[in-house]
Amino acid sequence: MTDINLTPASEDIPDVPEVVVGAPPPQLDPSAKPILEVDDLKMYFPVKSGGIINRTVGHVQAVDGVSFQVPEGSSLGLVGESGCGKSTTGRLITRLYDPTGGSIKFDGKEIANISQRQMLPMRRDIQMIFQDPATSLNPRHSVGAIISAPLKIHNVLPDNKIKARVEELLEIVGLNPEHYNRYPHEFSGGQRQRIGIARALTLQPKLLVADEPVSALDVSIQAQVINLLQDLQREFNIAFLFIAHDLAIVRHFCPEIAVMYLGKIVEIADRETLYGRPHHPYTQALLSAVPDVKQAQIGGRRERIRLKGDVPSPINPPSGCRFRTRCQFAQEICSRVEPPLLQIGPRHKVACHFAGELGAHPAEPIPQSANGGEGAPANQPGFEDHWLNLSTGQTASA
Amino acid sequence: MFAYIVRRTISGLVLLVVMTLVTMMLFFSGPLHPERHACGKICSPAQIAVTKKAFGYDKPVLVQWGQFMQGIVKGRNFPEDKKLEKDHPELVVHCTAPCLGYSKYFTQNVTTLIKTSFPISLSLAIVAFILWITGGVLFGVIAALRKGTIIDRGIVGISLIFYAFPTFFIGLFLYKFVSIKWQLVPTPEYIPFSQNPWSWLTGLILPALTLALFFMAGYVRMTRAFVLESMSEDYIRTAKAKGLPARRILTKHTMRAAFTPLVTMAGLDLAGLLGGAIITETVFNFNGLGGLAVAAATNNDLPILVGLVIVLASFVILANIIVDVLYAVIDPRVRVG
Amino acid sequence: MTTTTNADVLLSVRDLKVHFPTMDGIVKATDGLSFDLAKGTTLGIVGESGSGKSVSSSAILGLHRGTNAIVSGEILLDGEDLLQLNDEQMRRRRGQDVAMIFQDPLSAMHPYYTVGNQIGEAYLVHNDVSKKAARTRSIEMLDRVGIPQPDRRVDDYPHQFSGGMRQRAMIAMALMNDPGLLIADEPTTALDVTVQAQILDLLQDLQREFNSAIIIITHDLGVVAEMADDVLVMYAGRAVEYGPCKEILTHPEMPYTWGLLSSVPDVQGDTDARLIPIPGSPPSLLSPPKGCAFHPRCVHRDKVPGDLCFTELPDLTPARSGGSHVKRCHLPNPDEVYRVEVLPEIAPDLVEETP
Ligand SMILES: Nc1ncnc2c1ncn2[C@@H]1O[C@H](COP(=O)(O)OP(=O)(O)OP(=O)(O)O)[C@@H](O)[C@H]1O
Ligand SMILES: Nc1ncnc2c1ncn2[C@@H]1O[C@H](COP(=O)(O)OP(=O)(O)OP(=O)(O)O)[C@@H](O)[C@H]1O
Ligand code: SF4
Ligand code: SF4
Ligand SMILES: [Mg+2]
Ligand SMILES: [Mg+2]
Repeated sequence: MTDINLTPASEDIPDVPEVVVGAPPPQLDPSAKPILEVDDLKMYFPVKSGGIINRTVGHVQAVDGVSFQVPEGSSLGLVGESGCGKSTTGRLITRLYDPTGGSIKFDGKEIANISQRQMLPMRRDIQMIFQDPATSLNPRHSVGAIISAPLKIHNVLPDNKIKARVEELLEIVGLNPEHYNRYPHEFSGGQRQRIGIARALTLQPKLLVADEPVSALDVSIQAQVINLLQDLQREFNIAFLFIAHDLAIVRHFCPEIAVMYLGKIVEIADRETLYGRPHHPYTQALLSAVPDVKQAQIGGRRERIRLKGDVPSPINPPSGCRFRTRCQFAQEICSRVEPPLLQIGPRHKVACHFAGELGAHPAEPIPQSANGGEGAPANQPGFEDHWLNLSTGQTASA
Repeated sequence: MFAYIVRRTISGLVLLVVMTLVTMMLFFSGPLHPERHACGKICSPAQIAVTKKAFGYDKPVLVQWGQFMQGIVKGRNFPEDKKLEKDHPELVVHCTAPCLGYSKYFTQNVTTLIKTSFPISLSLAIVAFILWITGGVLFGVIAALRKGTIIDRGIVGISLIFYAFPTFFIGLFLYKFVSIKWQLVPTPEYIPFSQNPWSWLTGLILPALTLALFFMAGYVRMTRAFVLESMSEDYIRTAKAKGLPARRILTKHTMRAAFTPLVTMAGLDLAGLLGGAIITETVFNFNGLGGLAVAAATNNDLPILVGLVIVLASFVILANIIVDVLYAVIDPRVRVG
Repeated sequence: MTTTTNADVLLSVRDLKVHFPTMDGIVKATDGLSFDLAKGTTLGIVGESGSGKSVSSSAILGLHRGTNAIVSGEILLDGEDLLQLNDEQMRRRRGQDVAMIFQDPLSAMHPYYTVGNQIGEAYLVHNDVSKKAARTRSIEMLDRVGIPQPDRRVDDYPHQFSGGMRQRAMIAMALMNDPGLLIADEPTTALDVTVQAQILDLLQDLQREFNSAIIIITHDLGVVAEMADDVLVMYAGRAVEYGPCKEILTHPEMPYTWGLLSSVPDVQGDTDARLIPIPGSPPSLLSPPKGCAFHPRCVHRDKVPGDLCFTELPDLTPARSGGSHVKRCHLPNPDEVYRVEVLPEIAPDLVEETP
């Protein structure tokens, strides 16, 4: 990955007890076995030249080496700015795209490279909910036909039982079973999203990839759908990959959250850490940009980190750290060396050379290979409390 | 942009060459027996065999195709026989490049035949095109601006009538009444532009109008739909919010967006019309490409048909390229390279 | 600061109604809306989709002229009733005295003209200047709204801009003639949070610089909290609560406002807390519910004596907290209900602090 001899994040660190006391449900259960393991996932879309011979001149590095896990029955949130590759990641996992590289393990089985035919039985367990309830439902099919389609494709129920099952599903998502023969246009946005959810639930999936499931809905309706998803998750023990750009909703829904920037995960942590003590400058900026109702009490707006400029093109991402063009802490090393995603806390990984405390960044990079490849930031001031159980010099590697 | 044009032209040429091959295979290797048609109705088997040899129909299709391509590039002789050419030069017909074949029925080179008919069809198509574009767009815009009123319904209704009536009926009606009974225009006939531009126009006007009325009906409705669609776009609301006068919004913002799809269709319709005005040409007795096609078909003159297919196809391909290039000029979003 | 009349009032809307006759009946998109706005201040309008926010603000610009909409009431801008102007007079004021920016900056710009051309056009129509002067002014404004290399980007087409840059360009276009009133209809809904923060910053800077009044339409109470001096909450075409921002967000007295506050999670709130959605969905504007339009979704209607909620449309009455804060609800003791029932649910950490 880089020439620094740092140990990249790896998953098999010994489990550590939660630092946070009284974390609320749905909470992170460190012992839960992962239902989805994604490792170094890549998706490059070719860019054509448009010259006399139409050849490929480059690639949109939409997803570039993304690794994460979703524990059974839990949720991982995926946040980031538009175009950072969230949807692409979701589509790779449901195998709507063929990955350029990397591995996707579902329930222990590798599905990154299997054929669509081999994928078919897996589709029962992995379902997707889309952002726009208006366009993701076929307007010419009745609600009954839409929801029963997966049952028919997978041939799981005898025909005479299908209707009863669909009506049951309609009830589960809070619609009236009498809606069976209605058409999508007869429903409001929130109700349409419920239809989409019912369709995703038909086969009792183990993993739901929800791509901005509430972004198109009104706030009052958003809450209805979020509550519904939470109830379903508890009742059926469904794991979620929850893609959204609304940081408050992600925090509410997901015990663990990954922040993406330009095709890479820059920080991943449990929600208390990520929102309370974000380490990556991008996460810090993102969080500080969220407008907050509470501001009214103190009258107007607080100081925030102002990010300058726009996200660079994923065709030609900046060298080294992809965030460096907008990072206020960027140093010389940032343009040369890509920061690896390092484990800096029990469930906390950051990809920044200076992963320090909020605002107070250490002036020096985290010592590299000073102690023989065990350059854990443990000896950095400000990290001790966070590095509780690993402060004996043990590093992220196994 | 240049690279794009070059690429499109090259692919267009390749497409044409493939088309010639396919056409040759369909016409000259199938069960159509072109030699029998070329020879005539009462031909002995021996005569047929001679004809077959003279036209080269006895050779494999690929060889025939090679000769055909050679004819286009260099010209060729019928029959392709060195000895005969030396002994009886009067029996050999030379067909200069670009040679598209030889018609026994007309005892003419196909290229020559097409060359004489082509200006007629082209003139007709161009005048009709101008008429229907101005009429269609004008009435379409008026209908859109007066949407829901009696004017709108009137325009749409009348255009529907023209659309529904058969072309030959409208053609005959115009011929009989406008030209013969009321004598508003001279009897339709083709007079070359170079000879007298005014007579060229007056002679053409009725058949062109016949064609235009038919196409106009479609263009009225399309223009109306495109203008209405464009008027409901967000950027028109922005233009209003800027305080632009209604007229400027219409001419600068609405029309520009509405015309883009029209350009595509107009280009293709114009190309298609070159050989497609069969009924109109027949009604007004114009010897255009449509008429030529009918004559060739009724007399089973395959070389003419092949030549026509290739000429007309190249115009459609050319129109396609022009339209795409125009599109890129109009719409900055599709500009490439 | 708010409804209190003072000399600085720039815009005063009185009993504004916008009705659309349709085949199924009259859609009362806006039904009796009144508010005031002083120079240099910001009014936030919040409400669900379809509550009439855009329709009302378009009425101020006279964008319903030439459609079948029936607009009545008064819209006084600097004392002059915009509804009494003829079309040509109104046109001259658009973009000159009142300007508007829209939600989706990509579709709000013409795809076939350069950004500079479109921005300059706003200057050209209202000023007797040359094209060259308009271009210079465009570059100047693009620079002002923070577009890098404005002299080069001025010749770009909208699709060559990013979402945030397009919205900046829209703002430049709106401020071309230094209008006294800027209406921003969900200016940041289509943008990322970091870009949203940039745009909100920009709007505030520009407001300070030009002392213009801003109406910001949004459904994000966070945006309102950070931007607005006054807030107007709309439901089914009517104002249901209106007053100073701080008052409304800290002491709301109308159940719908409570619903809005409780249905969005807070970035700092307790993740254990369940969201409290507003049950049901927004009413049809063709046949709005009788009485209080919110009653079919209101969980507090039982606290109102009799069946007032079902039969009587509540008036906009002064809130318990006094001042210029008004609300449209029959509840006799909203402040108490809020403190005892609502606040513990939406912000348990604040309960003790509230007296
Ligand atoms: N089919 C495709 N072909 C080429 N490029 C693509 C394709 N799909 C996505 N991209 C590019 O990949 C990048 C990531 O896109 P993606 O849709 O995953 O972003 P996202 O994070 O979901 O953004 P948003 O929040 O806007 O939905 C973008 O730059 C996009 O332009
Ligand atoms: N031309 C029209 N004819 C009939 N009804 C209309 C028309 N324009 C708007 N409406 C109706 O008026 C109501 C208010 O619409 P408006 O656009 O103001 O909502 P909004 O509050 O801006 O919602 P959003 O948050 O979705 O933008 C809607 O119910 C809409 O259907
Ligand atoms: S690696 Fe450097 S540029 Fe990247 S986030 Fe850290 S400090 Fe900023
Ligand atoms: S008037 Fe009644 S129904 Fe309406 S908001 Fe108040 S309590 Fe609820
Ligand atoms: Mg997406
Ligand atoms: Mg709106």
